[in-house]
Amino acid sequence: MSTNSTPIEQKTKLHVQRYVQEENPAVNYLNAKSGIMSWLGTLDHKRIGVMYLISISFFFFVGGMLALLLRTELWTPAKTIIEADTYNHVFTLHGAIMIFLFLVPSIPAALGNFLLPIQLGCKDFAFPRLNLFSFYLYVFGALFSVTAILTGGLDTGWTFYTPYSITTSSSVIAMTMGVFILGFSSILTGINFIITTHKMRAPGLSWGKLPLFVWSAYATSIIQVLATPVLGITLLLLIMERVLQIGIFDPALGGDPVLYQHFFWFYSHPAVYIMIVPGFGVISEVIATFSKKTIFGYWAIALSSLAIAFMGFVVWGHHMFVSGQSPLASFFFSFITFLVGIPTGIKIFNWVSTMYRGSISLEAPMLYALGFLFLFTVGGLTGIFLGTLSVDVHLHDTYFVVAHFHYVMVGGMVMALLAGLHYWWPKMFGKMYNKTAAFVAWLVIFVGFNVTFLPQFVLGSRGMPRRYYNYIDEFQALHQISTIGAYMLGLGFGIIFVYLLISLLKGKAAPSNPWNARTLEWTISSPPTEHNFEHVPVVLHGPYDYHFPIEEFQLGVAGGHHDIDVHTEKVVTKPIETEE
Amino acid sequence: MNWFNEFNLPEAKSTYASDVDALFFFLNATSFIILIGTTITVIYFIIRYKRKSDDDVTPLITHNTQLEIAWAVIPLILVLIVFGWGFKGHLTMRNVPETAYEVKVTGFKWAWRFSYANGAVSPNELHVPAGRPIKLVMSSTDVIHSFFVPDYRMKQDVVPGRYTTAWFEAPEPGESIVFCTEYCGTSHSNMMAKVIVHEQADFDLWLASNKAPTNIQNPIEYGEKMVTDNACLTCHSLDGSALVGPSFVGLFGRDGEMADGTIVTADENYIRESILNPQAKIVKGYAPVMPTYQGAFADEQIDAIIEYLKTVK
Repeated sequence: MSTNSTPIEQKTKLHVQRYVQEENPAVNYLNAKSGIMSWLGTLDHKRIGVMYLISISFFFFVGGMLALLLRTELWTPAKTIIEADTYNHVFTLHGAIMIFLFLVPSIPAALGNFLLPIQLGCKDFAFPRLNLFSFYLYVFGALFSVTAILTGGLDTGWTFYTPYSITTSSSVIAMTMGVFILGFSSILTGINFIITTHKMRAPGLSWGKLPLFVWSAYATSIIQVLATPVLGITLLLLIMERVLQIGIFDPALGGDPVLYQHFFWFYSHPAVYIMIVPGFGVISEVIATFSKKTIFGYWAIALSSLAIAFMGFVVWGHHMFVSGQSPLASFFFSFITFLVGIPTGIKIFNWVSTMYRGSISLEAPMLYALGFLFLFTVGGLTGIFLGTLSVDVHLHDTYFVVAHFHYVMVGGMVMALLAGLHYWWPKMFGKMYNKTAAFVAWLVIFVGFNVTFLPQFVLGSRGMPRRYYNYIDEFQALHQISTIGAYMLGLGFGIIFVYLLISLLKGKAAPSNPWNARTLEWTISSPPTEHNFEHVPVVLHGPYDYHFPIEEFQLGVAGGHHDIDVHTEKVVTKPIETEE
Repeated sequence: MNWFNEFNLPEAKSTYASDVDALFFFLNATSFIILIGTTITVIYFIIRYKRKSDDDVTPLITHNTQLEIAWAVIPLILVLIVFGWGFKGHLTMRNVPETAYEVKVTGFKWAWRFSYANGAVSPNELHVPAGRPIKLVMSSTDVIHSFFVPDYRMKQDVVPGRYTTAWFEAPEPGESIVFCTEYCGTSHSNMMAKVIVHEQADFDLWLASNKAPTNIQNPIEYGEKMVTDNACLTCHSLDGSALVGPSFVGLFGRDGEMADGTIVTADENYIRESILNPQAKIVKGYAPVMPTYQGAFADEQIDAIIEYLKTVK
């Protein structure tokens, strides 16, 4: 933009002064407007974020209940409470709901919507209406999915593999249309994030000063924009084949069923990174804050997110090592899969090093972040097993895979979401929660999670295939341990729900910066006012620069000239004037 | 090594299984070292650097190039070892020895059929000689299935409209279980078979005694063979219990209620229609999931099945 045409000498000098916000303003974004329509028609990114949070919580509850039903059925080797066909419907819905309606939108849409503009120091996204439109696409896509469930359900597995998905009598079309629409929501959110990050940063907020949460949301958005269209095309082809009998995937019509798998994983493997990369951002924020220390290897963490985003596009074939794919193709897919493991490992080592000589406080968000570190490491390492060709042949499509991706998705992503939720909860709602209850819930979830999924690694390597309604007797003991763990997990999430609800209703007011953090969202009130900032914020230091006093993080353009030219690379400051 | 792999893996019964198991152990050992190392470090930091007051001052440590190179390069070397080892093992699995004995495998909802060169057909039981490579040429008649023998560390998708191959060699006689590991509908989890490994002499005997009958006079026996060879019994029991479909016991001549409420007598025409167009009349309480055998069965074969069903009381 104008930076190119403006000589450096003519850059605007900004006069900076310190702003300290009111801690808990009487009028904030939650109550500035009232009535249901003020929510449904809102353009405020914070309200849209809250609406996403409510939606994903609802679908997480539904998906979780389905998981408990599955685990209960697996208590005995034969029928326990439901029929085989019902079981097949239930595991399909559990997967489809958790992935498309919960995991994909969870951190980017709920936390990202709320935080990204604030962390960038602006009042809203570049395109607030587009943002609201993505939310309604999400709702519309979800309605399609619910219709599919009510009109006969779905029994294909969340992967919709052909030719089974072409021949089955269940509501494949309604469900795939739902996923197709959800994809557009994802693409539009991604575009909005990318443009806002490029164009709306506050004065002084250079790329090297972006909070790592922004970096991870940015990397995720790139994947969303580039990968999701492939899923859309694939699902359309599937619908065309079912409705118009055009042979694409069905061998009976002259199609190729394995082609579908290539298309599907070309999206769905990057989608795994859509689900986990935003979690990396949350963990970076939380670990730096609760170690009160500059993040170790800022650029390594920021750029490894981008590296994972791009390399994630060329590993899809590792889902197909036993599909009959040529050994040469498997060679490359296996090799690149291992290379993706390296930036992931680098992140873990960086987080651990951040804690070195820090000032570590085990508040609830930090507990979840530490839980993430352990569980995600297990998930990542077992991913190496599955990328190894000869070992994958044995483990492919067994419970080992089920355990692996639950360690990544629940142990990783859900833990990161909970870390983020507990971290930003005081900011979002201006209320604190009960810390003892939070600790108890964390403990129950951490233990329950391992009781559920550790036995599944053993089940898998012993040969128990996934998606099995009946199983042979020797697997029963491990299945029962896993089921008990699942109920513990359910209990843990129940506790969280209760104390967060209590916090909303009668929690004590949260200060504007309860964790003494340094990023922009903590310089404004809790909850924020409608326009986030009462001034144009100015950023002098990095997001984790604890060696500078807090006063230097509360700066804004003096005089409140909101229309001032902000396209400056360097901020010229006058000596900081304290209040008044 | 042994106790760990014995706990986690089924008994290794193919020639290439031990290589897979050794790599599996190596992966576990290195993973445990990395996981435990990281965890102990984290716990040590939590205790050692516990927050003492809100005014704690922490040092400014932004990065450390040597350390960062070390933790990028060492894992890289480890994964390259694992990659090479795994690829080499995979090549062994994919390159079928030329001397291999060939068996044709057909996967269909929800059973396996094994066909031999001399015309012998064996449903849900793969008979093979010990100490000889066995090549499986596999295809599916409906959706994708996957042929998985945990004891052999062997798995291969079975795809309609094309042939996929896999091989194994079992040094010792014995039995191993076969699972279908690609989701294929209602009875996916019942789609199991057995590999029965014989000494060569016993295998030759078994093969000879199952040679395809050249001239069957007795239609009841022929019908019984059709029913077993095509694994009808996976879904239709001979003991009166209801599986995926109604039992064959006392089926012929019975009046039954259909899903739409009509009463139908199970006569010759009904059975023929149920084989060729299974969705036409669905017995109440069962799902419309049976695949069609249109084009698969000749008329005299259907006749024989009907004759046989008349005798199942």
